[in-house]
Amino acid sequence: MIIAERKPFEEIKNMIAGYKRILVVGCRTCVTICWAGGEKEVGILSSQLRLQSGRNGNELSILEATVERQCEKEMVTQELGDKVQDIEAILSMGCGVGVQTIAEIYEDKPVFPALNTAFVGMPEREGLWIEMCAACGDCFLDRTGGICPVVRCAKGLLNGPCGGTRRGGKCEIDPEKDCAWVLIYRRLEKQGRLDLMRKYYEAKNYRKVKRPGKIEALEA
Amino acid sequence: MAKPFRETLKKKDFIVTAEAGPVKGSNVTNMVEHIELLKDKVDGLNVTDNQSAVMRYPSLGTCLLVKEHGGEPILQITCRDRNRLAIQADLLFAYSRGIDNVLCLTGDSVDVGDHKEAKPVFDLDSVQLIHLVHSLNSGKDMVGNELDGGVDYCIGASATPSADPIEPQLIKFDKKLDAGVDFVQTQAVYDLNELKRFMEHTRKMDGKVKVLAGIVLLVGAKMAMWMNDNVPGIFVPQHFIDEMAEAPKGKGVSRGIEIAGRLVRQIKEERICDGVHIMAIGREERVPDILEAAGI
Repeated sequence: MIIAERKPFEEIKNMIAGYKRILVVGCRTCVTICWAGGEKEVGILSSQLRLQSGRNGNELSILEATVERQCEKEMVTQELGDKVQDIEAILSMGCGVGVQTIAEIYEDKPVFPALNTAFVGMPEREGLWIEMCAACGDCFLDRTGGICPVVRCAKGLLNGPCGGTRRGGKCEIDPEKDCAWVLIYRRLEKQGRLDLMRKYYEAKNYRKVKRPGKIEALEA
Repeated sequence: MAKPFRETLKKKDFIVTAEAGPVKGSNVTNMVEHIELLKDKVDGLNVTDNQSAVMRYPSLGTCLLVKEHGGEPILQITCRDRNRLAIQADLLFAYSRGIDNVLCLTGDSVDVGDHKEAKPVFDLDSVQLIHLVHSLNSGKDMVGNELDGGVDYCIGASATPSADPIEPQLIKFDKKLDAGVDFVQTQAVYDLNELKRFMEHTRKMDGKVKVLAGIVLLVGAKMAMWMNDNVPGIFVPQHFIDEMAEAPKGKGVSRGIEIAGRLVRQIKEERICDGVHIMAIGREERVPDILEAAGI
């Protein structure tokens, strides 16, 4: 899923300065699970904004909404309904896709991002999410025992570890982080598939990740 | 005039290379002094490429200086700062100016350098880089287009004999050998048993690929400990740190030269490998003292 985190309050406050009637929109999908932009977080940010505006004597009118999937136009349109009508600006607590979906639907309203979208990842444990996929468009996991070197190796190397690996198999840039290639080595060794690591892999074909990405289903 | 490194690799019994570390700035006076001092004392001068991800005078520019002053430059190229187009263009330019030795490296992460906010490139890795140089050597660019005027590089790779675990490193090292290299310069080695173990692994090369052991000059106990924490791929054993700490005040560098000289002498006397690559990081002027301490 997509992992994001909330921007610092000051930054959000400065972005929306000058607007009085604001709609804060959360999303019930990825950003709810990573504690960044679900209904609960919409409530917290809205209260903070109200509190702040009360202190300034510069009363804000804040409306709250959380949609099922902010990245789908139909859901956003249906669930927000006429809430947007009298609104001056929208503060999205969705990922970067959510922000842009809203901005496309309500072209005449300024839309601001309250989150920084960080990566595609998974919850490692309660309150900790780690990056697992670079969305590189050319999956390599069949050759690496299901551990992605494109994103889990700090340099995205395809032919094995760099010479900077720390003792004990830790990453050059972070002594807490395992070297992805040491993990791959151990996994493949356990599976008796080290021949996969001994193969030479050519330089990545970046045409497969031509940006902006676009995929069209055959039936469409 | 220095001999072509390729010839030295074939003929010389014990090969010695050192580094010309590029300056942070455009004042090349010191670098030129180091080049003049070292060019006839060593068989090749490596020029680092934004070493430790710290932005400096370019490797290519410094190689030209080495060449102009009659030395034998070894161009270090990392994959960190340039994509495949830029790397190939640099290799064509370097060759057109008489630089024909290249050491293919991954490159330290930008996170350890002085431009931590930079976008790391790593379009290629070091194995792919070696393959790339081979395609240029065959008269074609990386995607098979004919070159008007090819190149003929003597190709080097690095290795980390003291890595733990060593197995993943050796698998990658073998891919470098399969790609085809003429010489290997290792990361810093302090534990010669580790070097011996690594040389066992290289036996299959049958002496065709020359291995030069990396020797990094220690200048103090604190520096050694700092390197252990901050310099990727360097592991200074505690007994050397202790030995450095016991050096009288102001005698740190001399003690470091003593240790480096001892290591070089033992490598040479026991013929552990084919030579040494001395990295005197910032103390290039002391390389002759290390050689003297080693009896070379």
